[in-house]
Amino acid sequence: MNKSKQQGMSIIVQTVARWTKGYIFLFGVYLTFYGHLTPGGGFSGGVVIAVTFVLLTLAFGKERALSKLGKVLASVLDCSGALLFLLIAALGILFGGAFFANFIEKRFPSANFRLFSAGNLPLCNISIAIKVGASLFMIFIILAVRRVVEINGKRKLISTEFFETPEKGKSR
Amino acid sequence: MTNLSLFILIPLAAAFLIPVVSRKLKWFPDVCGIFTTLLLLLLSLQTMNQETVYAMGNWPAPYGIVFVLDGFSCLLLIIINLVGFVSTLFSFEYIEYFYTSKLRYYSLFLLMLAGMNGVVLTGDLFNLFVFLEIASIASYALVGFGCQSRELEASFKYLVMSTVASSFILLAIALVYGRFGSLNIAHIALLIKQHGMNDTIIFSFVLLLVGFGVKSAIVPFHAWLPDAHPSAPAPISAMLSGVVIKALGVYAIVRLVYNLFGMTALISNLLIYSGIISMIIGVLLALGQWDFKRLLAYHSISQMGYIFLGFGLGTPLGILGGAFHLFNHSLFKSLLFLNSGSVEYETGTRNLEKLGDLVQKMPVTAFSSLIASLSISGIPPFNGFWSKLIIIIAAVQAGKPVVALWAVIGSILTLASFSKIQRYVFFGHGKNFDQNSFKAINEVPLLMKMSMIILAILCTFTGLLMINGVNGIFGPVVNVLDAGPHTYIEKILKSNFFIPGN
Amino acid sequence: MIYTLCFLLFTIGLYGVTCKKNIVKIILGLLIMEYSINLFLILLGWRKNGIAPIIDQSMSHEVFVFQAVDPLPQALVLTSIVIGLGVLSLMVAISIRLYQRYGTFDITEMNKLKR
Repeated sequence: MNKSKQQGMSIIVQTVARWTKGYIFLFGVYLTFYGHLTPGGGFSGGVVIAVTFVLLTLAFGKERALSKLGKVLASVLDCSGALLFLLIAALGILFGGAFFANFIEKRFPSANFRLFSAGNLPLCNISIAIKVGASLFMIFIILAVRRVVEINGKRKLISTEFFETPEKGKSR
Repeated sequence: MTNLSLFILIPLAAAFLIPVVSRKLKWFPDVCGIFTTLLLLLLSLQTMNQETVYAMGNWPAPYGIVFVLDGFSCLLLIIINLVGFVSTLFSFEYIEYFYTSKLRYYSLFLLMLAGMNGVVLTGDLFNLFVFLEIASIASYALVGFGCQSRELEASFKYLVMSTVASSFILLAIALVYGRFGSLNIAHIALLIKQHGMNDTIIFSFVLLLVGFGVKSAIVPFHAWLPDAHPSAPAPISAMLSGVVIKALGVYAIVRLVYNLFGMTALISNLLIYSGIISMIIGVLLALGQWDFKRLLAYHSISQMGYIFLGFGLGTPLGILGGAFHLFNHSLFKSLLFLNSGSVEYETGTRNLEKLGDLVQKMPVTAFSSLIASLSISGIPPFNGFWSKLIIIIAAVQAGKPVVALWAVIGSILTLASFSKIQRYVFFGHGKNFDQNSFKAINEVPLLMKMSMIILAILCTFTGLLMINGVNGIFGPVVNVLDAGPHTYIEKILKSNFFIPGN
Repeated sequence: MIYTLCFLLFTIGLYGVTCKKNIVKIILGLLIMEYSINLFLILLGWRKNGIAPIIDQSMSHEVFVFQAVDPLPQALVLTSIVIGLGVLSLMVAISIRLYQRYGTFDITEMNKLKR
């Protein structure tokens, strides 16, 4: 439709993406924060958060998405999410006496309107969501930047930008 | 008492810290890698002669995940962290020379280490699968680290075979869970004791045996190993051959056979004959190879046969021999791979026909490789002789002299193929040897020399453990495995359940 | 009966891995194997008219124990999905690199390793 614009898809897709991207992101955050009480949790929330950036990449091209969440920032977030998770687990040794011990007070049955009704589970969920969101976006962008082009009649696959080998999702 | 979770926590934390910090500090990956592995080595030495059960998150045994430390896991921990430390020392210069991204290398290396530490410590079947997958994913990426066509091809082959094996293992775990509703190894063992074996359990046992058999590369499932091990960087080959196939394959099979399902005559025969077949076929295939590292990789298959034979005999002496040979093989095989790496570092080739006369130019490499070769072929003062001797004596005592004879034949063939390496690389030369191209060769840098010297000294003197130390270190291994499932159940479940007598 | 279908799916995946020559089909075969096991695990915890394994104040323990589905297989499946994601992304990355080197997805043409 918009021939002058090389990046991205048609204006319909772009408009819908512009309207929905915030809500999708918020839904991911909701899944993450509420995951200890309902179905959901860090992994699903992180996937939905990553999907927001995937949508941005598809609709507007990768420059727009990378300007929101850069390669370096995504890598740092990826590792720091994992480190945060390990830190919470290690704090369990300090306060709870065992690795992964739930050291924050928890109530059963869960009292409504209490922030930490499930102990440190929301904290774990948040760190996992950071890790999964960043690393899934990285995987997508690294696999997506390659194009098949024809060079001297032979089909060849080149990467439009140099990226190293992708990180793999290790979190649970 | 050592906190067992540190073995997972430290390498994982270091693995994720490296990519963050080393964007600013270029020296960080090396230093962090070496110090982490040194710390882990010291911690693992500290665990000797301890027996602990560590409940994760304060959940007791059948409900939560437990980490179990006994003689056998302690032996594996020491091996893993020792070889890991030596390999990081070696990779300091090596990776700088051959490859680009140190950051990713050390990150993946430490992930692999964390996965293997987890596999040998965990007492939970599904957790074992998770750690197994962490270690294997890191090793797939490390095999294809160079991103050349051969490395990628080997990596893909390894990946496909190993993922199929993982699926088998997961299916078996699902079947066991569906039958008994528990994932704790000790609890499953208890339930098997109470209810007896049935078809589902036998089927899942076969699936587990096939899955871990692929991981440990015994002969019908060995096809990935001769491609994957030579393609990796040399320190990773040392890790893969020295540790990974043992921690992921042999450890798991032995633990499941002895402590979960219980040893029977059928399983014993299965392990013995697969051991003999891999022993002979591995060494016969190795004889015809002209690639340095590929020859060593085939020898890994052959030596795995000895380990399987030792554990398959099922007698205390056989277990002792198997465990001792496992320890020794990880020392000399990683030493040999490091030697091949330093030869490649200096000359740029691994082809035996093109190499020659390196003994004057690289004395440390030449003599440490001589020690390792004598050791792997079973020549008396070195450690390989003693473990092979114990296995052979155990085979004769168990009333299987033919098995012992095959073991001796395998050892002689090993000697033949290692005299080929010594003849063509260090003390003579091949037919395509070009004198002029090897003029400028020197000895490798200090840290690489150091790592080889450490392993060579260990190879020479662990033979002396035979005099009186062997019961001190390997005694607990024999006790744990020979006692069968009963003691293992008692130790982990304690008084939570009624446990029927032996 | 329904378990048998899971095994059928598993063997279909195994057939795809062993008999196909295209890398993409091999990857799909591996995925089918992976997901058949996930399906099997989920079915192990399934019960007719079951409720979600979340307990709240209005529910007695007896009702919970007799009606809720088994939550453990769900956790296992989530873990195994994440592991599968890691393996899948690595597989796809390697196959892209392989395509870059060889210009084909046919594994019979990838023979630079010694036979």
